[in-house]
Amino acid sequence: MYDVVKVGNEELMGEVIKIDGADTVIQVYESTTGIRPGEPVINTGLSLAVELGPGLLTSIYDGIQRPLEVLIQKMGNFIARGVTAPGLDHEKKWAFKPVVHVGDSVVPGQIIGEVQETRSIVHKIMVPPLAKGGKVTKINAGDFTVDEIVIELDSGESFPMMQKWPVRVPRPYVEKHSPSIPLLTGQRILDGLFPIAKGGTAAIPGPFGSGKTVTQQQLAKWSDAEIVVYIGCGERGNEMTEVLTEFPELQDPKTGNSLMERTILIANTSNMPVAAREASVYTGITLAEYFRDMGYDVALMADSTSRWAEAMREICSRLEEMPGEEGYPAYLSSRLSEFYERAGLVEPLAGGSGSVSVIGAVSPAGGDFSEPVTQNTLRIVKVFWALDANLSRRRHFPAINWLQSYSLYMAQLNDYYDEKVSPDWNKLRSWFMEVLQKEAELQEIVQLVGSDALPETEQITIEVARMMRELFLQQNGFDPVDTYCDLPKQLDMFKMIRAYADLAYAAQAAGVPPSQILAVKAKNEMPQVKFAKDYKPVLDKIYAGMEAEFKALRA
Amino acid sequence: MKEYKTVSKVAGPLLFVEKTEPVSYEEQVSLVLADGTMKRGQVLDTSEDLVVVQCFETTTGLGRDTGVRFLGETFKMPVSKTMLGRILSGGGKPIDGGPAIVPDKRLDINGAAINPYARGTPRDFIQTGISTIDGTNTLVRGQKLPIFSSAGLPHNEIALQIARQAKVPGSSDEFAVVFAAMGITREEANYFMADFERTGALERAVVFLNLADDPAVERTVTPRLALTTAEYLAYELGYHVLVILTDMTNYCEALRQIGAAREEVPGRRGYPGYMYTDLASIYERAGIIKGLKGSVTQIPILTMPGDDITHPIPDLTGYITEGQIVISPELHRKGIYPPINVLPSLSRLMNLGIGKGMTREDHKKVSDMMYSGYAEGVDLRGLVAIVGKDALSERDQKFLEFADAFENKFVRQGSDEDRTIAQTLDVGWGMFTQLPESELEKRIDRDLIKTYHPNYRK
Repeated sequence: MYDVVKVGNEELMGEVIKIDGADTVIQVYESTTGIRPGEPVINTGLSLAVELGPGLLTSIYDGIQRPLEVLIQKMGNFIARGVTAPGLDHEKKWAFKPVVHVGDSVVPGQIIGEVQETRSIVHKIMVPPLAKGGKVTKINAGDFTVDEIVIELDSGESFPMMQKWPVRVPRPYVEKHSPSIPLLTGQRILDGLFPIAKGGTAAIPGPFGSGKTVTQQQLAKWSDAEIVVYIGCGERGNEMTEVLTEFPELQDPKTGNSLMERTILIANTSNMPVAAREASVYTGITLAEYFRDMGYDVALMADSTSRWAEAMREICSRLEEMPGEEGYPAYLSSRLSEFYERAGLVEPLAGGSGSVSVIGAVSPAGGDFSEPVTQNTLRIVKVFWALDANLSRRRHFPAINWLQSYSLYMAQLNDYYDEKVSPDWNKLRSWFMEVLQKEAELQEIVQLVGSDALPETEQITIEVARMMRELFLQQNGFDPVDTYCDLPKQLDMFKMIRAYADLAYAAQAAGVPPSQILAVKAKNEMPQVKFAKDYKPVLDKIYAGMEAEFKALRA
Repeated sequence: MKEYKTVSKVAGPLLFVEKTEPVSYEEQVSLVLADGTMKRGQVLDTSEDLVVVQCFETTTGLGRDTGVRFLGETFKMPVSKTMLGRILSGGGKPIDGGPAIVPDKRLDINGAAINPYARGTPRDFIQTGISTIDGTNTLVRGQKLPIFSSAGLPHNEIALQIARQAKVPGSSDEFAVVFAAMGITREEANYFMADFERTGALERAVVFLNLADDPAVERTVTPRLALTTAEYLAYELGYHVLVILTDMTNYCEALRQIGAAREEVPGRRGYPGYMYTDLASIYERAGIIKGLKGSVTQIPILTMPGDDITHPIPDLTGYITEGQIVISPELHRKGIYPPINVLPSLSRLMNLGIGKGMTREDHKKVSDMMYSGYAEGVDLRGLVAIVGKDALSERDQKFLEFADAFENKFVRQGSDEDRTIAQTLDVGWGMFTQLPESELEKRIDRDLIKTYHPNYRK
């Protein structure tokens, strides 16, 4: 099972997916037009594996790790058939710096040397996980290709920098821990209200046009992971182009280097063969695990897992298997959970810690969250960011519905926010959620009787909630400043809205009519906080203005 | 060439042929009837003892005595520059009485996927002269932007207006229109042809017509022929090609019909499970290639069954295309042309093609402001129906009026009215005078307000 085979005279790449008596079923990763009965099939005896080593970063691959740039040189602007290309550049020489010495004992997974792969990232060369290990008898420093032997052991083993790993098998680790540090994204609604932990899993389901891809791309750009693997699985070609042109120009907020230097892209667009789409998700997670084993925090974005599920459905229906719900294969749920289980904060074989966080977009048919892919995904993931077409229609971005979304990592992450940001953070956050929840209830009443009929305090609540939505939750991804908002700024914005609310409720209690409270001019300046690079002076002005105005109102 | 007389079964458009020599997948087939007529088909399934052939024409007259010839090659289409100005059938044969196409090249109609790394970024703004598209759902070269419509709505007029007015301001590149009709009525076809002739657009157009009474199976190749032609014009001859595909709903029905005849396990609502991939193989053939001059821009039109946007056809389309233009029966009933409802409409590539140096620096902010203002106004209409207009606050009343103004000034325009982008944006600013400036400031920078707001302009 799962052996890679070469099909037909053109030697198209395929994989064995079913063995039934004398028949073997092969899924072919390329278009099968023109193949006829009687053509030869060659079994390579190997399973579908990726090449791991220096040269992965900044690459853009198709679903089976063929570098798209090399494919252009080999076959032009369109993807033809029967062309193979290795995942890594086997000619290029990398400067290898050993970190172990002759006589040292090394174990599987241990780091034996380093290569400065890009300006941002040091690639750590490891003993393959399934090796025996032993005492180092020879280790070479200098410039090598990925195929040249750099280390020899007394067990008789010798390794080059490159290793191979079958994509459908999770890479081994020592132990899985429970995550306790948030993956910061610079997106207020995510960091502030529904954070994901490093090593955690999240799903973003939403109908088309609600901003899944934009959210995924914002995460790929701004999340504080050290490595980002972005899988465009069955999505639009032009969108991948956008990523390709944009990422090299963007600066990593941490290192100042190009974002591309920490990124691997996998692009299997919707018109590329379905079987390769099915494989692309495994290819991506294997690359992510490899960098995790070096001790890095890796974030993997899969856009979209529904296309992957549909690829399984197509293959299942071609095999005439008994379908489960809505034609999806009965093993849909187990495949999804196997995939998300490969995320996690782990102690790698080399010691220390590394993590893979997985964020999967889901494209539910008709925007209906009760369909099988969304439901099966929600059973597994801990964070749910529900995209809402109604919000995106009124240009509320990111269009994440704050009432439906949730994060189950809150309890684990509370300590981090208490210590690293401010002891007020968790209180402010709960207050935010409370007000937003209350607003939803009040809106129902407003729909029936109009806002004037509400009690005075509730009129202020509605206004405070409006500020939360417009100031805090809305974030303009296309504005150079607002696109990324760090935690201290988020805290300042939390506090700013709280300050207004406190003053407003106090004034109302002192008998000031709500119409005057809502007309306070200082709050009109608040949006400038979002867009100003140096926002502190603006903030001071707002505080001063608010205090003066409320004082005047109460006098 | 061998001719097999081993047809064992005919089911709908499918023929089952036994005991052939090895036949390749998707090979072309000639079917010879007893009276000598020839029909065309394609291999759908092949194995050692049974070959399934799909016939592109009506299967009337096919039977056990039909001769089957396998042509040894896949479906290729002759293409040439002289196709401009020609009218072809849905199967690619000239039907305008002119001579046969003398091919410069013969191309595989399935095309090949563009390597994502070879794609250029679509960022050339196409001005269609329609405010609701240019202003709020901007189309760019290389985009695929479908029109979601329903029966009885003027989607054909809108498509024609776009085809007539579309241009890239300040550019003199050669452009062409490829028009593929699938399953439309003779009357609709005449309407399109009359308009093409009236405006002289036919000279730079290639028209493929598969009419409602033509065989359904032929519809599955019509868009592929059109796109193969478009790709040839774009990538080999350097044209900027606009492809209009109407009506994709008929295409999907044909797909379902073939699926049913093959006894496949159906997906949602009886449509085949591979419909997403199949539609993607059509829609994804839009784009720009780095280093080449031409481009392929697609405007597929589909009618949503029962005006239901969650129906599989619009749903899968929306997941593949880069946005959608939605036509609304409510606006049409109000007598507004073009009845484009901007709220569910979207252009994903809009941000690449607008802004300083491309359209105007205020474009994005104006568009966002109009969207949120209109959305708020429309919500308030629901409230007014319950509590009456007087119960609204002053602020809310202004938004209510803004929504009306939006429909009457911004959306409504003549079917020959060709607005420039500056005119479109200024219509927007004209309506913003109805709103308090503090509301504008929530979304628009103060500098832009000072530059463009009519109150500050002299």
